[in-house]
Amino acid sequence: MFENLTEKLQRTFKNLRGQGKLTEENIGEAMRELRLAMLEADVNFKVVKDLIEHIREKAVGQEVMTALSPGEQVIKIVRDELVNLLGQDTARLKFASQPPTVVLMAGLQGSGKTTTSGKLAHWLKKGGHRPMLVSVDVYRPAAREQLKVVAKAVGANIYEGEVGDANTATVERLAKEARREAVNSGCDVLVVDTAGRLHIDEQLMEEMQSLKSLLNPQEILFVADAMTGQDAVKSADEFHKKLSLTGVVLTKMDGDARGGAALSIRHVTGAPIKFIGIGEKYDALEPFHPDRIVGRILGMGDILSLIEKAEATVDKKKAEQFAQKALAGDGFSLGDFRDQLLQVKKMGSLQSLIGMLPKIGPFSNLKNVADKVDEKEISRVEAIINSMTPHERDHHEVINGSRRKRIARGSGTTIHEVNQLLRQYAQMRKMFKDMGKASFARKLAGMKLPGM
Amino acid sequence: MIQTLFGSVEPGFLDRMKEAVTRTRENLSERLEDVVSFHKEIDRATLDDLEATLIGADLGTTTTHEVLDKLREKADRKQIKDVGELKRLLKEELLAILTQGGPQPVQKVEGEPEVIVVVGVNGTGKTTTIGKLANVLRADGKSVLLCAADTFRAAAIEQLEIWGTRTGTEVIKTRPGGDPAAVLFDALQAAKARHADYVIVDTAGRLHTKANLMAELEKMRRTAQRIIPGAPHETLLIMDATTGQNGLQQARLFTQSSGVTGIVLTKLDGTAKGGVVVAITRELGLPVRYVGVGEKAGDLLPFDPQSFVDSLFE
Ligand SMILES: Nc1nc2c(ncn2[C@@H]2O[C@H](COP(=O)(O)OP(=O)(O)OP(=O)(O)O)[C@@H](O)[C@H]2O)c(=O)[nH]1
Ligand SMILES: Nc1nc2c(ncn2[C@@H]2O[C@H](COP(=O)(O)OP(=O)(O)O)[C@@H](O)[C@H]2O)c(=O)[nH]1
Ligand SMILES: [Mg+2]
Ligand SMILES: [Mg+2]
Repeated sequence: MFENLTEKLQRTFKNLRGQGKLTEENIGEAMRELRLAMLEADVNFKVVKDLIEHIREKAVGQEVMTALSPGEQVIKIVRDELVNLLGQDTARLKFASQPPTVVLMAGLQGSGKTTTSGKLAHWLKKGGHRPMLVSVDVYRPAAREQLKVVAKAVGANIYEGEVGDANTATVERLAKEARREAVNSGCDVLVVDTAGRLHIDEQLMEEMQSLKSLLNPQEILFVADAMTGQDAVKSADEFHKKLSLTGVVLTKMDGDARGGAALSIRHVTGAPIKFIGIGEKYDALEPFHPDRIVGRILGMGDILSLIEKAEATVDKKKAEQFAQKALAGDGFSLGDFRDQLLQVKKMGSLQSLIGMLPKIGPFSNLKNVADKVDEKEISRVEAIINSMTPHERDHHEVINGSRRKRIARGSGTTIHEVNQLLRQYAQMRKMFKDMGKASFARKLAGMKLPGM
Repeated sequence: MIQTLFGSVEPGFLDRMKEAVTRTRENLSERLEDVVSFHKEIDRATLDDLEATLIGADLGTTTTHEVLDKLREKADRKQIKDVGELKRLLKEELLAILTQGGPQPVQKVEGEPEVIVVVGVNGTGKTTTIGKLANVLRADGKSVLLCAADTFRAAAIEQLEIWGTRTGTEVIKTRPGGDPAAVLFDALQAAKARHADYVIVDTAGRLHTKANLMAELEKMRRTAQRIIPGAPHETLLIMDATTGQNGLQQARLFTQSSGVTGIVLTKLDGTAKGGVVVAITRELGLPVRYVGVGEKAGDLLPFDPQSFVDSLFE
């Protein structure tokens, strides 16, 4: 199909590598591609404008990192910005100090309120609660019947009541009765399913407001369809103005909609997206993960994980220098050793570095070392090397007994530990030297260290 | 063909549609009007405003840019004198897309029922639209059977039955969870036996990405063909006007598996413009046949391209 955003962004930066700073000019093309991608994902065009502005500000002036290509770097800025906007994972409901907790469902027609009510009841039950359902949708044909079937399917209590006339008075009465019934039957959460309504339907929006003042709900959840387009901002904004939403549920995420509405809704309401619906069954409810949906909106789940890796990886230039020095043999000082360990610490795994070396002969020992190295140990090594003089770092052979004693004291370690470190260093140095000399040197030099 | 029925039904429907789709005037159009009245030359900002209008109406970037590029060319060649003309040409462009010839409903065999299958993703308004269609047909004195082939969603059958009662239309059904193709079979047999004029088939909402559910629609098609030649004569895809760019993919995949012949654009009584149908028609040539403008039986109108296009700018 079409070239994905990742490729596009990479392309727009083809000539930028190593060019110093991100500027208004050199990110212009990328910002245009980003804008199109967000629009295609149904993020509202005004929201897109705001976001691009913001991202542009963030990006301009940043140094081009060596660990990431400029394209990746811009993607990272975008990712961070959007994830930030969407907030943290928030699959939590607020509970009343005095039960019953009331959850009021709100949204447009067909967005998934009834189904989500059932899913919530199921989720609450799993969490040890005793939910009660009630439908105050006295308008849509068979709406209350639908919730009744749902309640039975999830094994939750339901308050049915008598309908009589289909009007707001009935809706209010049913809500009150249900609340009382929840208390009487020892249910600690009441989930109130409401009729779908348009945000511009004044009468029905007033009904929602009166339900709110009547029930004092802890949660007012706006249930929105992930396929929603540009209109999402208008409906969400209006619902929020009238009701002060406490959260959003994004339904039908099991399809292939990019879900840009999530950004739009969050942008205009500030309400956290708490759950996503991923199917028609009642267990198809999941916590919302901002990073996942950002990847989905931008159409590049792949690149995001790649960036995460790259972020944690060694600085490319340094790694290259290190490799050259190390393989040349003599140039590999204790200072380099320390820097390398620090990179490894950043990378989180010495194994992945060691994993690239042959696992026989002198290297097998190194592998054992690597296995044993933990964060604390790296810090200790760092402290030891820091306690050496620059001269000692470049000329390890001058470190005699008294110097060792001084270094141990300076770094708060023992002589034994200093000895151990020096042994490891010597071993590694020899290993690299051999490697440089050995016939497979060229082949190995061609092998990639992480981040190269 | 039921479309012809509308002609005489309601002389004022254009006004009503216009009213429905222009309920909310929004900033953008006002901005656009400003542009129209204050700048006599066409500049970059004008085109940007038009772009925002079209994208804001869910036409999508591809369709929007294609249409605007054509205009830009003309403007560059100084064929467009002022913004008023630019807007007029833009509307013409959109109108041309919406009125291009598309698939026609299959001609039904005389004496056999006409079969209309209604499909779409979840919650778009299929069942309600069926109620509305039954209402129109009944008002014209036709005999109609409804087929409750949504056996999956909770109380879907009851919902259709209430519409049956409201419109004086019989509903052929099976138990919840039953085989949709089997109830379709029953309904078509019954329609033949009773010489019904129309059978309208309600199906469960399904996401176009679910291959097994799409295959179920194919199976239903085959069942219909076996019983009534040429059936289904019309397959209507129900599209919610709030749908964004995903609507295009819906249209593609539903057309593939169930041979969609037309679109019904629902919920136009809200503030959403439903512009994704322009993208759909542009790519697939599917005509929009009706629009839904409310939840009552009478809230279905034939699609009027001109007022639809006008509404995009209001
Ligand atoms: N695939 C999928 N379908 C869903 C999801 N949530 C709801 N649905 C379906 O969407 C349709 C509408 O859901 P309802 O729960 O009836 O929506 P509602 O908001 O209560 O609708 P009204 O009461 O008619 O306004 C049904 O067919 C549901 O099965 C979801 O997460 N994924
Ligand atoms: N405002 C408005 N609501 C509609 C329209 N058509 C359907 N609905 C509502 O949308 C919801 C889903 O409709 P339904 O017919 O059950 O959808 P289905 O799941 O596709 O069969 C219901 O609440 C309907 O009342 C319309 O044109 N305008
Ligand atoms: Mg409902
Ligand atoms: Mg239905």
